[in-house]
Amino acid sequence: MSEEASSVAAAVADAHRREWALVLAATVRVTRDLDVAEECAQDAFAAALTDWRTSGVPARPGAWLTTTAKRRALNVLRHRGVERRALPLLVEEPTVPGPAELLDERLEDVPLPDHRLRLIATCCHPALGQAAQVALTLRLVCGLSTAEVARAFLVPEATMAARLTRAKKKIAAARIPYRVPPAAELPERVDAVLAVVHLLFTTGHTTPTGGELVRRDLVERSLDLCRMLRQLLPEDPGVTGLLALLLLTDARRDTRTGSDGRLLLLDEQDRSRWDHRAIVEGAALVREALRHRPPSRYALQAAIAAVHAESPTWTDTDWHEILALYGVLGSVWPSPVVALNRAVAVGFAEGAQAGLAALDALADERQLAGYGYFAAARADFLRRLGRVAEARSAYEEALELTGNTVERTFLAARLNGLGAGRDG
Amino acid sequence: MAQYMILIYEDEAQYATATPEVLGEVMQAHTDFAAQVEERGAKLLGGEALQPTGTATSLRGGSEVTDGPFVETKEALGGYYLVEAPDLDAALAVARMTPARFGGVEVRPVITFD
Repeated sequence: MSEEASSVAAAVADAHRREWALVLAATVRVTRDLDVAEECAQDAFAAALTDWRTSGVPARPGAWLTTTAKRRALNVLRHRGVERRALPLLVEEPTVPGPAELLDERLEDVPLPDHRLRLIATCCHPALGQAAQVALTLRLVCGLSTAEVARAFLVPEATMAARLTRAKKKIAAARIPYRVPPAAELPERVDAVLAVVHLLFTTGHTTPTGGELVRRDLVERSLDLCRMLRQLLPEDPGVTGLLALLLLTDARRDTRTGSDGRLLLLDEQDRSRWDHRAIVEGAALVREALRHRPPSRYALQAAIAAVHAESPTWTDTDWHEILALYGVLGSVWPSPVVALNRAVAVGFAEGAQAGLAALDALADERQLAGYGYFAAARADFLRRLGRVAEARSAYEEALELTGNTVERTFLAARLNGLGAGRDG
Repeated sequence: MAQYMILIYEDEAQYATATPEVLGEVMQAHTDFAAQVEERGAKLLGGEALQPTGTATSLRGGSEVTDGPFVETKEALGGYYLVEAPDLDAALAVARMTPARFGGVEVRPVITFD
């Protein structure tokens, strides 16, 4: 590839990552059909690869791509006019602009109306199952190919294609509206969107199965999405809190494994290599998010992450502050996993015996029964208390429930390190 | 506009043992519901209550007659409303206020052939 062609390819790839959602969301307004809009948006990016080599990369690539995609859509609509009438159309607000009006939006210097929130709200509509919400968001908002979405969730491409088709069919047939939810419903709808972004992040932060600890692609997509939401809903405390949480958690990414690939816990990580720019940004967002009352669950989780991020060493960790934050989090968002994390913090604040007691109080929580981190936390407290035989069986249980290779190696090493203890 | 069927699934046993006061409340709830549908931007096109599944007769493969409902479930189809609504959100708003104290409802879009 010539230097010019590769610089154009890089510009198109960059535009794809930044502008895909904007281009698609505006095109859906013209086609009122997700599939046709996807085709037209893809065509526009393909056209950019050749056109930009002769005309140069436009000053506003997003505007160029949107105009191209919308013009294509109008052509497609003219050609398919007759057959399309039989198709169910996406429901729009009552005041649907005419095609001419839609094309006028391309006028230079007029800021393009941002329809991304409609697109995101449709993808994360509560009438769709969460697996479908996540798949649609990756495909339509992030612009991943079906193959890439399938890879992200380790399912065969045909399975993912069927899941996406089924979801889009439901959107059309059940008339899930393509609009920004009314103010009264917005908080609930935003919660669903945040849950999707958070799930993407956690899946990438520690992949449930496989050889790598982190899936960078998923982590970065979730950060992109969260930044997009922050731009669209700057006042929303949940969005602010989630972005803070993702930044503060991801700031540790490069230090979570050693040079030999071994898992390093917080006490072993090289804090000088944490991403301090992300920490500064995240900490400022936490302060902003905590001003809202009551604070959102994400703001509180981020505040806990901030205590770790801002602590100069492991031994300086303010466990009492962390415990207090878990107390508030447990009242805002009661969940067995929060209770588990709190119990672990008790172990560091008040000693392994207290931690173990807090954990054992949760033994009847059904949600924790098959949860590897619960067994791993118990194993760790038992090991620190020198109760080797019990620690051994807890590590074995944790190993059975853990699919990530890096975490498994860590647990196996701890298990081997137990040796023949005093009661083993 | 589109049509949606709101299917009401409830535990029949609860109705069998309900006091007259409770049954009166249920009747009143349905009357109030009918009066409020239009406030949600939708229109009530029809609706009926069904006799319990003990009165049902099913035909499998078109011929074999059996006593009872097509599918045995704890919460059985006991009635429906047919509404016209601009989109799923409006239909769900109607579904949310549909009385179903002993169960819940399912919303299904209706196919229109033209």
